[in-house]
Amino acid sequence: MSTTFDKVAEIIAETCDIPRENIKPESHAINDLEIDSLDFLDIAFAIDKAFGIKLPLEQWTQEVNDGKATTDQYFVLKNLCERIDELIAAKGA
Amino acid sequence: MRLEYFQMIDRFVDVDVGQRVARAICNVPQQSTVFEGHFPGYPLMPGVLLIECMAQTTGWLVSALTGFTGLPALAGVKDGKIRGAVFPGDELEIEGRVVHEGSGYAIGEAKGWCKGVVVCDAKQLTYRLIPYPSPELREGLWDWAARINFPAKEFVK
Repeated sequence: MSTTFDKVAEIIAETCDIPRENIKPESHAINDLEIDSLDFLDIAFAIDKAFGIKLPLEQWTQEVNDGKATTDQYFVLKNLCERIDELIAAKGA
Repeated sequence: MRLEYFQMIDRFVDVDVGQRVARAICNVPQQSTVFEGHFPGYPLMPGVLLIECMAQTTGWLVSALTGFTGLPALAGVKDGKIRGAVFPGDELEIEGRVVHEGSGYAIGEAKGWCKGVVVCDAKQLTYRLIPYPSPELREGLWDWAARINFPAKEFVK
């Protein structure tokens, strides 16, 4: 059974044409993989569809802009996957 | 259609927010400076403007679904195809659908017909929802919506 990270990495590889082997749990989507905001919308769409969730991008952006969170919390892939797992769990609760 | 003002829609004929679908009529004018250049002696509706017709039809629907809380700015078009020629005086029927409402963005798809034949379609129209750049722009939408028979006020949050 594939993990959340496996699925997310596949999505990123396919959406952004990044070699799968370059996508690691420690990768920062923006700083390391150089994914821009438009490509990240495509990724968000694919993640929303694949997991049946709605990534709260507006809330995350607001928190980063307000200094209440760092981009690492949402855009380092292992952290992103944790957020996804939380959203899946909240959906099922 | 007011080509020079990029106002492509003449009127909505169906808006079903529950089903996330809207249909609009876009009448291509007989005369426009656009046709003087595209092309001299062979006036042809530019394909990018057919994309714009689809983007505006679906964009109004995105606005309704999101309660007119932001301006749906077109950010991407995937698999946009121009399948047939459209000429001055033609009537276009455009159907737009919203397939996903994300956080701060929406995804749509659209198709257009002329004389019953599909002339354009797009499988993924991506919109970013951006804050209205001015209150005047948002306020101006209500008159615009009334002109094109879009029931905007029903959906304002």
